[in-house]
Amino acid sequence: MATRVLIPTPLRAYTEKKDALLLEGNTVGELLAALTTAYVPLKRHLYDDAGALRSFVNVYVNDEDIRYLQKEETRVTEADTVSIIPSIAGGRS
Amino acid sequence: MRETGGRGGKPDARLSREEIRRYGRHLILPEVGLEGQAKLKSASILLVGAGGLGSPLALYLAAAGIGRIGIVDFDVVDESNLQRQILHSTPYVGRPKLVSAKDRIHAINPHVDVELFSMRLDSGNALDVLRDYDVVVDGTDNFPTRYLVNDACVLLKKPNVYGSIFRFEGQVSVFAAPGGPCYRCLYADPPPPGLVPSCAEGGVLGVLPGIIGTIQATEAIKLVLGIGEPLVGRLLLVDALTMKTKELHLRRNPSCKVCGDHPEITRLIDYEAFCGIAPREESEENPDAVTVTDVKSRLDRGEDIFLLDVREPQEYEIANLGGHLIPLNDLPGRVHELDSSRDIVVYCHSGVRSGQAVQFLKTLGFRKVKNLSGGIDAWAEEIDPEMARY
Repeated sequence: MATRVLIPTPLRAYTEKKDALLLEGNTVGELLAALTTAYVPLKRHLYDDAGALRSFVNVYVNDEDIRYLQKEETRVTEADTVSIIPSIAGGRS
Repeated sequence: MRETGGRGGKPDARLSREEIRRYGRHLILPEVGLEGQAKLKSASILLVGAGGLGSPLALYLAAAGIGRIGIVDFDVVDESNLQRQILHSTPYVGRPKLVSAKDRIHAINPHVDVELFSMRLDSGNALDVLRDYDVVVDGTDNFPTRYLVNDACVLLKKPNVYGSIFRFEGQVSVFAAPGGPCYRCLYADPPPPGLVPSCAEGGVLGVLPGIIGTIQATEAIKLVLGIGEPLVGRLLLVDALTMKTKELHLRRNPSCKVCGDHPEITRLIDYEAFCGIAPREESEENPDAVTVTDVKSRLDRGEDIFLLDVREPQEYEIANLGGHLIPLNDLPGRVHELDSSRDIVVYCHSGVRSGQAVQFLKTLGFRKVKNLSGGIDAWAEEIDPEMARY
């Protein structure tokens, strides 16, 4: 069962410029594991050295932040869309 | 308290005949009317930054009849700003953005009281500057100022209309509104320096700050008028490339360090340190750095130096030093193209990406690898004035 994971612009450099991927997994954690296995250099952008999701990267299932669901244990189905939303700094420059 | 002399306090909100003619299209909207227009006239909005986002903000807020607009900026207009910063125009290149902004605002609407703050916002001055305004609009381009504006708005209980852009994508929300979340609820910590590219490195579509800044202006006006549904607790994402928008649900984090139930941050902190940015002196004494003049004279003496260019191909096309091109992101997979026995000088546009490349190569055991300080831009400035700059 594949779930669509949307890749934000700053991270597309690590996914062969793909903006969305269909990945296998029953939970958000499993999807992200599949993602970072397929694209290894992406891992340090999503996880810190202790293996925790970085605090400037948020993950949403549909429009809900997984921090307020069951975090990486949040279950997903093929009807869901997972979005990775990192902080971006641009504006003035 | 600042010296007001008509400023700072509420101006006379009654509209003159000339103002009634000017704002006629607002006045016939039932949601605005005379009462709403008077609210706009007695309102004050602070713009942090007079760049890409600040441009449409200043223009539309002035046109809408906001009584007092404050602008914080310390930059001068550069040619490379004009692709998107429509507040500024070619005759103003080299002059302070604040001068350009004030002239432009008064050309649009002489009724606006413009207050200029020629400074870098910091922990020492932020509260004093922000205190005097009803609404704050964040048009900054860096994480330290973004967290500073957020925390100051939370402490002062001022709504913070946030916008951010990168390449073709933008984010907008309203933070620090009563009961709503703040930027720290969304992102508790900033990324370490270097992990997230800036617009100066990654580029930005010139129209994008126009779209995002205009949405911010809309939100600021709605907050003043008290109409509609502000973007409180909602993060709007705009992708200009697919022209798709998405809305994410944001919540106030009860354990947020600044707006949570038991806040740890009750006064402004050192935001440069918080964002992991080392003091400037330190980075200049970087032993891995070489200057453009040094590299030039070594090349002129015929020394064997391998130049490695870690920019993107489209940048290489604009100007290059004849270096071997391996974009930073491709470097891990193409290290075998490099000979670790040779002297390697790595360069990019300004020295940031090449610095990361040098660190990366050193972890792989490269010993004779240096970072060209200031990048190809420094080369164009100091060595080759004929070279195209971007």
